[in-house]
Amino acid sequence: MDVLTRNNVVVTGRPDGPTVVLAHGFGCDQNLWRLVAPRLEPDFRVVRFDYVGSGRSDLSAWSAERYGALDGYARDAVEVCAALDLADAVFVGHSVSAMVGVLAAAAAPERIGALAMITPSPRYIDGAGYRGGFSAADIEELLESLDSNYLGWSAAMAPVIMGNPERPELGRELENAFCATDPDIAAVFARTTFLSDSRDDLKTVAVPTLIVECAQDVIAPREVGAYVHAAIPGSRLVTLDATGHCPQLSAPEATAEAIAAFARART
Amino acid sequence: MSRVSRGPEPADTGGAAGGTGGGSDDAAFTALLEDSAEDLYESAPCGYLSTLMDGTIAKVNGTLLGWLGRERDEVVGRMRFTDLLTVGGRLYHETHFAPLLRMRGEVNGIALEVLAADGARMPVLATSVVKTGAGGEPLLIRTTLTDARDRRAYENELLRARRAAEEAQRQAEDDRARLQSALTVLQQSLLPDVLPEVPGLAAATHYRTASPERLGGDFYDLFPVGGDRWAFFLGDVSGKGPQAASLTSLARYTLRTAAPYAADPAAALAVLNTALTDRYTGGDPRYCTAVFGVLRPDGDGFDVRVASGGHPPAVVTRADGGAEFLDTPGGMLVGILPDAPFTGAHTRLGPGDSLLLYTDGLTEARVGADRDLFGEEALRAFAAEHADGGPDGLVTGLVRLIDGFGGGLTDDTALLCLGVPAAPEGDGT
Repeated sequence: MDVLTRNNVVVTGRPDGPTVVLAHGFGCDQNLWRLVAPRLEPDFRVVRFDYVGSGRSDLSAWSAERYGALDGYARDAVEVCAALDLADAVFVGHSVSAMVGVLAAAAAPERIGALAMITPSPRYIDGAGYRGGFSAADIEELLESLDSNYLGWSAAMAPVIMGNPERPELGRELENAFCATDPDIAAVFARTTFLSDSRDDLKTVAVPTLIVECAQDVIAPREVGAYVHAAIPGSRLVTLDATGHCPQLSAPEATAEAIAAFARART
Repeated sequence: MSRVSRGPEPADTGGAAGGTGGGSDDAAFTALLEDSAEDLYESAPCGYLSTLMDGTIAKVNGTLLGWLGRERDEVVGRMRFTDLLTVGGRLYHETHFAPLLRMRGEVNGIALEVLAADGARMPVLATSVVKTGAGGEPLLIRTTLTDARDRRAYENELLRARRAAEEAQRQAEDDRARLQSALTVLQQSLLPDVLPEVPGLAAATHYRTASPERLGGDFYDLFPVGGDRWAFFLGDVSGKGPQAASLTSLARYTLRTAAPYAADPAAALAVLNTALTDRYTGGDPRYCTAVFGVLRPDGDGFDVRVASGGHPPAVVTRADGGAEFLDTPGGMLVGILPDAPFTGAHTRLGPGDSLLLYTDGLTEARVGADRDLFGEEALRAFAAEHADGGPDGLVTGLVRLIDGFGGGLTDDTALLCLGVPAAPEGDGT
């Protein structure tokens, strides 16, 4: 299967504009960019995709080995960039995807020319001299939440999975269930996301970098944003007056504007 | 109950109770009508809260405060919805619940746990709706939390059962995979990995099991027996599965051991016959059919002597395009009788000639709409048509033919084809 189908790659916007690649984080899929993409499309070529295991990617391409490390996700990102033959694109990574972007940019410097990190965190678990905000036990608790919500979504999804052409409204349900993933796959992504430590990788960043954080974010608090900013010399930090971990949804206009201003400044 | 239709407004209490009914029914009805909207909210059988879009709690009902063990002024304007959740629930909220709510305007029945002031956890099912203004702009989020303690206990039982079932299935699949790989290794031990290079001879083989889950009972080999002679055999044991495999192994190694010492091919089969009749005595007779042969270089070709024990006749294709059976009539099955006779035959393979040995899985395949036997004559004709490709061409053609049989191939099939390469064109002129 080709990469564009495997990763459900969607390309919109100005074909001759500079390219921005929007990469989703743990939890949902490229739908998360639904409010941001239209604001970038007049000026940029906008690439969205789902990591294998998320959204409408090809689940048969998923393996616990590859996607049990951030490198596996970075390979997806690089392979998507290569399949589109991108050069010097701005890679916009939300949450854990910001760290995936760091790895991808190191692996394919000719394809990724800049990084925009949306609510990034290089390390979620507290450690000596570092506060990420969580403990390993908290992550296990998240896995339980994934599991206990699986019963609900599996019931909702069953008719869709069984195929029911005479009930087209089920297609809409499927779309609404975009945050629902196979819990085994979600558990691997959750562990990979929340147990990884990318602090050393920040030192390898050699491209212009934008950091966008929210004023109130329980997953990536402001001290983590400040840590990333300090670790990447020359990076720019923008703090949005927004709440939550997904400013693409809670403050789409400001998020799009921050990305656009950063991408425009490079051209 | 029809009286409810008279007026749902709580204010409509006045003389309503003085109607037609009597006694305690009326008293209960009056109490129902006096239920104020305020009390409906505060004492609802579920937790209610309204939050600003940033999550700050603006309004909360008494039921939820009771569950939380908190005073209203600790909560309103001071806490966010996520502050009420366990840390894992907070992560789930931020990565799943909140994005879904933003995209859809509502989410239903999400399992979360709220934390009471004393640290106790209470499972709830959360449902949220975004209230929008006239212009569609989101104003606030209304959330109900229903007590899910019983349901969660029940779900945990289901989850445990599901995990146990998944584990059992994984175990079964592992066992099956292990068995499959053991079978594959065993099957491979019954056949040579690669055939040796015999100077001046081309050889090709194919082996097809009718079912990958069962060990097949066909075997073949080609090996040196001293001097410039080479021996080969191909056979088919009775039955399938482990017993057949054990018989196959015995047959293969007996023939290999006997070959260098046997005066002629029939003598090698006689040794195998003795081994089988000695080994399988009493009520469990086991037997096989086999062709055994010896090759000796002879000018630009090979002198071939074979003996057959109950095996279908080999096919010889000639450089001129003909094909004939190398008949070995009357040979007994190997392993049935102590002094069974085996029939010998002799031929010569010159340049462009080939000798094809096969098992009856090929000739007894069911073909066509009537599911007729493919048959030996059809095989001879097919071999004649494909003779000019040498052993490789003939076996490749047969493999394609077998592929086309599909489900018609009901038995294992082994092919061993030995041939002398055709003289290069123009040679000797």
